[in-house]
Amino acid sequence: MKFLAQMFKLISINLKSVPARWGATLVIVVGLAGVVGVVTALQSMSAGMVATLRATGSADRAIVLRGGSNSELSSFFTRDQAIVIEQAPGVAKGEDGKPLASGELSLIAERPLRRSNTDSNVSLRGIGPAGFTIRPELQIVEGRSFKPGLQELIVGLKAREQFIGLDIGSAVQIRGSLWTVVGVFASNGDAHESEVLVDIETAQSAFRRNGYSSLLVKLDDPSAFQAFKDSLTTDPRLQVDVQNEVEYFSSQSRSFTKTIGVLVSVVGVIMGLGAIFAALNTMYSAVAARTVEIATLRALGFGGGVVIAATVMEAMVLALIGGLIGAVGAYAFFNGYTVSTLGAGFTQVAFSFRVTPTLLINGLVLSLFVGFLGGFFPALRAARMQIAVALRAA
Amino acid sequence: MTTLVSIRGVAKRYTRGKQTVDVLQALDLDIASGDFLALMGPSGSGKTTLLNLIGGLDKPSAGEIVVDGKRIDQLSSGQLAKWRARHVGFVFQFYNLLPVLSAEANVELPLLLTSLSKAQRKKNVAAALAVVGLADRATHKPSELSGGQQQRVAIARALVADPTLLVCDEPTGDLDRKTADEILTLLQQLNRNHGKTIVMVTHDAKAAEYATHRLDMDKGALVTSGDSH
Ligand SMILES: Nc1ncnc2c1ncn2[C@@H]1O[C@H](COP(=O)(O)OP(=O)(O)OP(=O)(O)O)[C@@H](O)[C@H]1O
Ligand SMILES: [Mg+2]
Repeated sequence: MKFLAQMFKLISINLKSVPARWGATLVIVVGLAGVVGVVTALQSMSAGMVATLRATGSADRAIVLRGGSNSELSSFFTRDQAIVIEQAPGVAKGEDGKPLASGELSLIAERPLRRSNTDSNVSLRGIGPAGFTIRPELQIVEGRSFKPGLQELIVGLKAREQFIGLDIGSAVQIRGSLWTVVGVFASNGDAHESEVLVDIETAQSAFRRNGYSSLLVKLDDPSAFQAFKDSLTTDPRLQVDVQNEVEYFSSQSRSFTKTIGVLVSVVGVIMGLGAIFAALNTMYSAVAARTVEIATLRALGFGGGVVIAATVMEAMVLALIGGLIGAVGAYAFFNGYTVSTLGAGFTQVAFSFRVTPTLLINGLVLSLFVGFLGGFFPALRAARMQIAVALRAA
Repeated sequence: MTTLVSIRGVAKRYTRGKQTVDVLQALDLDIASGDFLALMGPSGSGKTTLLNLIGGLDKPSAGEIVVDGKRIDQLSSGQLAKWRARHVGFVFQFYNLLPVLSAEANVELPLLLTSLSKAQRKKNVAAALAVVGLADRATHKPSELSGGQQQRVAIARALVADPTLLVCDEPTGDLDRKTADEILTLLQQLNRNHGKTIVMVTHDAKAAEYATHRLDMDKGALVTSGDSH
């Protein structure tokens, strides 16, 4: 108890002397604000991407691709193969008694991005009525849906936000044919919102593709998946990969999150080391500036342990202040900030940074850790000074 | 009179690399309880070194130091810290007050090492500041006080925990004659009226006149011994 009281007294003495050494102290605060800000921003980007792709898909839906294709763009089925797949066990039936399966065509179109005015890939999906039935989250929010047989398209909210010339009424040149934007759809903020949708049959004839890239089916329930998968993978007429839709979209984000993870680690370690040295520097100079004060307190009988604890705590308090500034800054500047990146198959997927409470807490823990290391060695030096020698520094 | 400090065969040697400096050699000294001893001598003669040994700020290379019946030359630094907190009050040439703390907070510092309650600490601080005549400056920061006043605060700090011994290293070395005389008068009163044993290092022969005894040092040894008046 006495130890704590002495330590708090020393911390308060030390912190009171901070204004006299603002310049040196700012090094810790600004350093930690920078580290925590950058690391939190990077992690929030990763968290946002993961959240977007996790939000895409439902456990009671399965996506079928040609065997060995890791994205829809490199996958293709004939209509006959599609019929075989639709008949597999576990596929739910609609009100009309037909299987709830949507053969879809996935293509890439080039459009200029708003932010850079340079061409980038927008994902174009040919989709039939079943595609809408299977995906209840897909809702027209402006205008109307496309009419089969007409070269009309509807755009996702995020696609319209990211690309130039996708507003309702615009004419869009895609692979040699002209299409008109007639509506805008929402899809729970998932990856489909970065896409453009057209009627499947119109797309098949316009782009001369007599088949599908993928087949999305609604299952009776999530537990029907294994039977469905087994029946397809053992069918000698087919060569397919079957994935639960949730799993499919999270696997799309895996390489991205891994890259971000590596980036966060590398940047975090480099900046963290820099911050530790900055903190060491600040605290060494603080201890040096207080040589006589510390020696006087020790002459009065304050113990070395109290001096160490107070010095370490001081560094941690300063580092925490910096960490708080960095975390709040990352939240203020980046939370909800929308960017797009190349997602599956080199198309743009838009997502928002998510500065979650966990990331904020991680940032603060990081700053406390840096403060601890930065304070510890100077504190040891302070405690080890010979009192009689240090007093002569007066 | 009982002996408060007993020093036998004390030596202090500093080693720096291959060089060794023998600062004190085979030194014997007794200080009686209730004494006011002035230690004089040329610069470098070892006065501060001896004072630091008496005050438990440093340990001798050889010899025995007993204060108030307790051998302190063999204590660990942690034990010494506790011992100092209970038994010694320090007064330094440059006051060594903490600039960010008010006078009363400075005086309170030694009491944080005791088990006194907050209210008791406040009372003792007020009493110590009253003894040095600074009751009205309790909330002032050192920078708002004159040198003489700062040294009074430092003396109050040295007194507040009621130590056995006051050690003062050139307490008037940074003050003008008149202020120095006031400080010395204060120390004399503490010695006479409050029975404090004081060991004071000084360069100033006039300062030494306030003491009851005077000792001279030269090259690490005591050269004269006797009464100043
Ligand atoms: N840590 C140390 N290492 C080496 N030599 C030291 C150390 N501390 C003191 N000395 C030496 O010991 C000798 C005595 O020093 P001390 O400070 O005790 O003298 P002093 O009588 O108090 O002098 P002054 O009147 O100048 O204060 C000096 O020669 C000094 O250089
Ligand atoms: Mg000296």
